Amino acid sequence: MADLLIELFSEEIPARMQARAAEDLRRLFTEGIVEAGLTYAHAGAYVTPRRLTLTVEGLAERSPDTVEDRRGPKLGAPDKAVEGFARGAGVAVADLELRDDKKGQVYFATIRCAGRTAPEIVAEVLERTIRDFPWPKSMRWGRGALRWVRPLHRILCVLSREDGHEVVPLVVDGIAAGDLTEGHRFMSPGPIRVSGHDDYAARLRRAHVMLDPAERAEHIRNDAANQAFAQGLELVEDAALLAEVAGLVEWPVVLMGRIDDAFLSLPPEVLQTSMREHQKFFSVRDPGDGRIVGFVTVANRETADGGATILAGNRRVLSARLADAAFFWENDLAVARAGMTKWTDSLSQVTFHARLGTEADRVARIAALARELAPSVGADPDLAEEAARICKADLVSEMVYEFPELQGVMGRYYAEAAGRPAEVAEAVAEHYAPLGPSDAVPSAPVSVTVSLAEKIDKLAGFWAIGETPTGSKDPYALRRAALGVIRLVLDNGLRLPLDRIFAENSGPLLAFFHDRLKVHLRDEGIRHDVIDACLAMTNADDLTLLVKRARAVQGFLDSDAGGDLVQLYRRANNILTQAEEADGVEYSFGADVKHAETDEERALFAALATERPRIEAALGAEDFGAAMAALARLRDPIDAFFEAVQINTDAQITRRNRLNLLADIRNLCVRAADLSRIEG
Amino acid sequence: MARPTCFQDILMALQSYWASAGCAVLQPYDMEVGAGTFHPATTLRALGPRQWAAAYVQPSRRPTDGRYGDSPNRLQHYYQYQVIIKPSPPDLQALYLGSLEAIGIDAALHDIRFVEDDWESPTLGAWGLGWEVWCDGMEVSQFTYFQQVGGHDCHPVSGELTYGLERLAMYVLGVDHVMDMPFNSPDAPTPLSYGDVFREAEAQYARWNFDTADTAILLRHFEEAEAECAATLAAPATDPRTGRPIVMALPAYDQCIKASHIFNLLDARGVISVTERQAYIGRVRALARACADAFLTTEAGGHDPAAPRAGA
Repeated sequence: MADLLIELFSEEIPARMQARAAEDLRRLFTEGIVEAGLTYAHAGAYVTPRRLTLTVEGLAERSPDTVEDRRGPKLGAPDKAVEGFARGAGVAVADLELRDDKKGQVYFATIRCAGRTAPEIVAEVLERTIRDFPWPKSMRWGRGALRWVRPLHRILCVLSREDGHEVVPLVVDGIAAGDLTEGHRFMSPGPIRVSGHDDYAARLRRAHVMLDPAERAEHIRNDAANQAFAQGLELVEDAALLAEVAGLVEWPVVLMGRIDDAFLSLPPEVLQTSMREHQKFFSVRDPGDGRIVGFVTVANRETADGGATILAGNRRVLSARLADAAFFWENDLAVARAGMTKWTDSLSQVTFHARLGTEADRVARIAALARELAPSVGADPDLAEEAARICKADLVSEMVYEFPELQGVMGRYYAEAAGRPAEVAEAVAEHYAPLGPSDAVPSAPVSVTVSLAEKIDKLAGFWAIGETPTGSKDPYALRRAALGVIRLVLDNGLRLPLDRIFAENSGPLLAFFHDRLKVHLRDEGIRHDVIDACLAMTNADDLTLLVKRARAVQGFLDSDAGGDLVQLYRRANNILTQAEEADGVEYSFGADVKHAETDEERALFAALATERPRIEAALGAEDFGAAMAALARLRDPIDAFFEAVQINTDAQITRRNRLNLLADIRNLCVRAADLSRIEG
Repeated sequence: MARPTCFQDILMALQSYWASAGCAVLQPYDMEVGAGTFHPATTLRALGPRQWAAAYVQPSRRPTDGRYGDSPNRLQHYYQYQVIIKPSPPDLQALYLGSLEAIGIDAALHDIRFVEDDWESPTLGAWGLGWEVWCDGMEVSQFTYFQQVGGHDCHPVSGELTYGLERLAMYVLGVDHVMDMPFNSPDAPTPLSYGDVFREAEAQYARWNFDTADTAILLRHFEEAEAECAATLAAPATDPRTGRPIVMALPAYDQCIKASHIFNLLDARGVISVTERQAYIGRVRALARACADAFLTTEAGGHDPAAPRAGA
């Protein structure tokens, strides 16, 4: 058994690629050696900005010898065939063996493969791993032909055993493997010789390199939180930023500073975005009023002055950045206070989509649609239209040009500065929502109206020009838009006739919505066939009604009576269908109790007479639960009816009456949902 | 050298550092460009197999960045320091760090980092991978390994370094507003600040760039530069006067530079819509590609004069 240590030492690897690269190295290398017959006990991968490291423990010393018996041609086959077989198997014709087989004597070749040593296999697999490494983007450098994420400088490849270690001989594009690595670029420059696992991490730590990214992240998070806490402040957690910052340093040193008072009047979203996007700073807030008052930066080294120079430099850079932001903010406020017409006018210069016109065209459509939708949402149509007319204005503001992710957020501030009503400003901020599954759904009527109009216009537009999502391709995020509409409608209990709103592309668009709805409701435990059963009903474009119905049906089916009733419904339907086919008529004349001959028949008539008005009333009130419960109460009489009564008697009047009775039941069964679509 | 006290100290420190590192110290290109990369010493010399090493200052113009001289750090006219070495040497990062030390940035006190930043110039049909170099959180340079220029793969690969001189100098000198930065020595008989030299120009150009440049004339100039570039490249490879093969890639490339700058001016004037933008960039890129193609047929571009020449 041996332990293997591999390190690929390069110029700085982009932070966003590091975690994936470590995993790829582990996977590709271990798969490669296993395929070559080399077993191992455990493998671990690590990454810093300058190195990808793989440790493999309990590696076998060699791959096993193998023997393969290969069956060849029959005795008497042409010489050419026999020679060809021997050549293919890598043995001499003289070494072929004749063995008895069911159909006579057959040539056999015995192919012996000697196992190979671990260094041979490791060298081969590592070279292939390096050459085929799946970097998202790779490059060449100097005169070389090798591709790596940035210039590769060293390959460390050491096999260690209890009695010493050896370098695995390997050369890739002029880079020879060795047992040297390097420490921190500035704090511990120069090569370090290592003999294996045991001293590698320890020597690196002495050379100011924290090898494990998880340890670096944890160190940063703890230190940042502690420093903030010590000043009565709190760190704004940001997991994505933490992972990125941990990928930018080998020796993290956390430094905290205050934001210049001059910039504290900037919106907190601007402070946070500017610091994160430009400086990769964490934000620190005052827990009292929630304002962002400080920052945390993570340096890559310790200094004699305790980081004072670094912190002062970072603060100065931040001030320059925030001065820019303040410049945009002031300019934007001036435009906003002047009524925002400069922005709304220039939207006609901004193309939304070549075939769907400019942002100004789009705003006009959203405004008209918002006005139309407002009454159904309970919003003031004037306010809804007003909000729609300015909802895209911030797209051409300087701040959103600089920070696109602040769209909507800035719109609210500018609408407020323009003196627009609070509902309008709120709607501008919220009209993109909900963006993701965990994003909150707006509930203020004006916001809901504009958000709906924005999404429906987008969907209707792209459907009109045939740019609909296919497979995994959804470049305009239309699935997200449809799900947004669904959540807006359901969460707010809206009754929208989508069929009429979608107009000419209603059919395919509604089908798209229904697919999204199935996905949405699946998480709630509602089966797709239940939704199909409800979709078959009229007004299936009214999503709130549809879901109400679906929940009731699912609840009904989950009860004992529900499953039984579906069986009874099927039985009635089968008998009826057969009879209707045989007789060439449809039994829908209505049954009459006076032709009933048995008690069970009369009992069923009585039960129907009792429950039918209840079902009608419940359906009228959209109380599908009550309707289904009333239906469920018919189970026993129907059951008894089927037990006792022979439908197909020779007495034609009796038979027809019974068939008409079944038809009444069938019709009643499909009033709440089309039970014929329920599976199982 | 002694600690720099003014803008030109830093510039001269870089010049002498890169001269001692073996670069030919060139002078700025005598045309308006948006960045040092446009200098033919970078764009065209990055092409072909020949070795190359050059360093130079390049005045650069970004009309949309004008702030009338008011902004502490944005200028429509500024200086870039550019270094290009082909093939990229294995110790280019160390060489670069040496240049920071030469201008007074002590790596023992500062936090210097290489942060991913892939470079792409859609107008030059060029891209490369590298970093922006941060010093205490400020971007002080762009560091790029050129992979493609003018649509051609770079073989060998050039290493390119670009320093934003004003920003770097402000940092080294501890100045918060660019206009307050000493240009020459504060102890000189006539001490001049950056503002003394450029404040007036910044205001005048900002006004011209944003509001008064005649867009009809600019649009016409764009078309003319485009046509002249194409015509220059379309001329027969053999010069009728001397009878020698003279492919005019450099004069054609001048027209490409001109078109690119005019496009930037039109952009600052706000007359180019989002959709048109892409089309204009595509037109400049087509010129850059054609010039790159032509350059590769010249001796400087690595063409062997003994080999038969297409169209000769």
